[in-house]
Amino acid sequence: MIRWLVGLIGLGLAATSALAAEPALIGVGYLGLAGTRSTLSLVEQPAENDGVAGARLAIEDNNTTGKFLGQRFALEERRIKEGEDVVQAAAALAEKNSFIITDLPADALLKVSDALRDRGTLLFNAGAIDERLREADCRANVIHTAPTRAMLADALGQYLVWKKWSRWLLVVGSHDEDKLFADALRRTAARFGAKIVQEKTFEDKGGARRTDSGVTLIQRQMPVFTQGAPAYDVLVAADESEVFGAYLPYRTWDPRPVAGSAGLVPRSWDAAQDQWGAIQMQNRFVKLNSRRMTALDMQAWTAARMIGEATSRTNSGDVKKVTDFIKGPDFSVAAFKGTRLTLRDWNWQLRQPILLVDGRMVVSVSPQEGFLHQISELDTLGYDRPESKCKLK
Amino acid sequence: MQAEVRTQMLRMWRVGLLSGLALAAAPAHAFIAYVSNEKSNTVTVIDTESWTVTKTIKVGQRPRGIDFTRDGKFVMVAVGDDDTIQVIDAKTQAVVDSLPSGPDPELFAQDAAGKILYVANENDNTVTVIDLEKRARLGDIQVGVEPEGMTISPDGKTLINTSETTNMAHFIDTASRQIVANVLVDARPRFAEFKHDASEVWVSSEIGGTVSVIDPKKHEVIGKVTFEIPGLRKEAIQPVGIGMTKDDKTAFVALGPANRIAVVDVASRKVTKYLLVGQRVWHMAFTPDEKYLLTTNGVSNDVSVIDVAAQKVIKTIQVGELPWGITIAP
Repeated sequence: MIRWLVGLIGLGLAATSALAAEPALIGVGYLGLAGTRSTLSLVEQPAENDGVAGARLAIEDNNTTGKFLGQRFALEERRIKEGEDVVQAAAALAEKNSFIITDLPADALLKVSDALRDRGTLLFNAGAIDERLREADCRANVIHTAPTRAMLADALGQYLVWKKWSRWLLVVGSHDEDKLFADALRRTAARFGAKIVQEKTFEDKGGARRTDSGVTLIQRQMPVFTQGAPAYDVLVAADESEVFGAYLPYRTWDPRPVAGSAGLVPRSWDAAQDQWGAIQMQNRFVKLNSRRMTALDMQAWTAARMIGEATSRTNSGDVKKVTDFIKGPDFSVAAFKGTRLTLRDWNWQLRQPILLVDGRMVVSVSPQEGFLHQISELDTLGYDRPESKCKLK
Repeated sequence: MQAEVRTQMLRMWRVGLLSGLALAAAPAHAFIAYVSNEKSNTVTVIDTESWTVTKTIKVGQRPRGIDFTRDGKFVMVAVGDDDTIQVIDAKTQAVVDSLPSGPDPELFAQDAAGKILYVANENDNTVTVIDLEKRARLGDIQVGVEPEGMTISPDGKTLINTSETTNMAHFIDTASRQIVANVLVDARPRFAEFKHDASEVWVSSEIGGTVSVIDPKKHEVIGKVTFEIPGLRKEAIQPVGIGMTKDDKTAFVALGPANRIAVVDVASRKVTKYLLVGQRVWHMAFTPDEKYLLTTNGVSNDVSVIDVAAQKVIKTIQVGELPWGITIAP
């Protein structure tokens, strides 16, 4: 009898200590498309692991913290090839992962969000900058770490206005996303008192981005294309499709700076950003991934860090508890941008300063001095609460 | 032990004699302050009697954490981008040596005897332990992501390190060099300071905007100091450096881009006053007589002098670019 009791206690002890030794596993999925897009500049060509590399670093950071708390994080990556069903892939990923970071086009993200709604999976949109995902098509189970086009355009516009470059020559590409960025830039100009003196469209007539003697041709085309514009201070290019933007700097007919999709570019992050303690993270990133950190990497890093921040504060890996904390009033995350980042509770968009970069340096960081707001100056970037059409469901 | 007591007594006697002499010579005590200038790669030397810059010393790249050795003979300055801690001779005011820290040293703490130095290395999540006499590296302690704040308990038994991305204060037993407890605090903990009676540790959270008060025995957050400045956004209030008077009655907290030092009543943990100083104020040091508190103001490139008793800013001194840390001769 006594021996039996001792045995039972022994077993119980063994079970508790095993439980304490076994860290809680928190699964984070990463869902993106296979393949990379082509850019005009060879140095801007994204790596195969663009985005997920940032998530991987955050998972390492979370695990360093997690070892003090008995939490372990694992990352599972899934890339969709053409013709594959994104909803099926997302559902499979959601089996083991309560949190999924996505780099998907808007329509695909909406499908995934609706398919996973009842399961309780929390999605982090790290890739899509479309306004509609935060406005008419907003979803309660999607947190956005990617900035929106309006946030990017406002960040640039505030600086141009501060610089007193208020007469803009707007050049727009012929693809849908170019037009959406142009819409955002027009809204910015109207908000901050800049004047678009003329708009030009650059038609994409096809053709290769890599050629052997392209420079000679471009050098003749671009001055002619920008000739005869009314007096302007800065050329603002809307070319998300990478068709012409990068050809404009130093080649305009009038000697004017270029901004927007080339020249001075608004981004959530840049490899040159070294303020506010960022250098340590940049170093960790290079060490882990053997390349420099992009904006998409940062947006994915922030998403995975938000998960880690919430799991450590709640001391839980439970998706419901973590989601409630992230959406609660006390949530904020530090992301090397000089200020705490918080969520807009009307559409779950992450408030964040936007860097203005020229490919080598961080030229400025918006919001600019003097752009005031009664709640947060970060809400001078993008659509504010009273303008929002989002009804979370 | 006996020898230690004897040196302590000797030091006390010597200090007493020296200050006696100084008293006889001049009505005010003159002290020497050393300020690290992160961007200019220099250390500015300030005379606290005339409040003037007496020398600018060229040091390695990105000088930040700075402190006198306990004997007052040397100034140690962490030059992060050169992966070392340089040693300045206080007599000649020139760099004479360097210490084997880990990569990217930022802040450090020394034990009461001034024999062991603990260095936070931001780049590889470790605290490096250095023997100051032998100038040798004794080992490393693994901590959280981006270690920064460092302080030692008055009895020398516990080392506190804060890690900026892990958001914890790690309590390390100095004898075994093992972490004994981890206390979660608000985002981006930058600095830790013990009360002189060892009953509390105060940890500032730059992004969280608070100072956590930790019970060092129970390893629990027992209170928080919060800040509110009319007309300033919450985001602009970023606590970093903390200074506490020897009677443990008053704490001074640097609030970064809020350009203010908060005066805090330690017992009630309430702010009693905000003092306007230079731009982006981070660190501070008292003169040994505690008459003055000097703060480093990074963006305005100056040092503010606060009259501690009057709680007033009385002077501003221009130094190098992005002044970061400050130490004053004991």
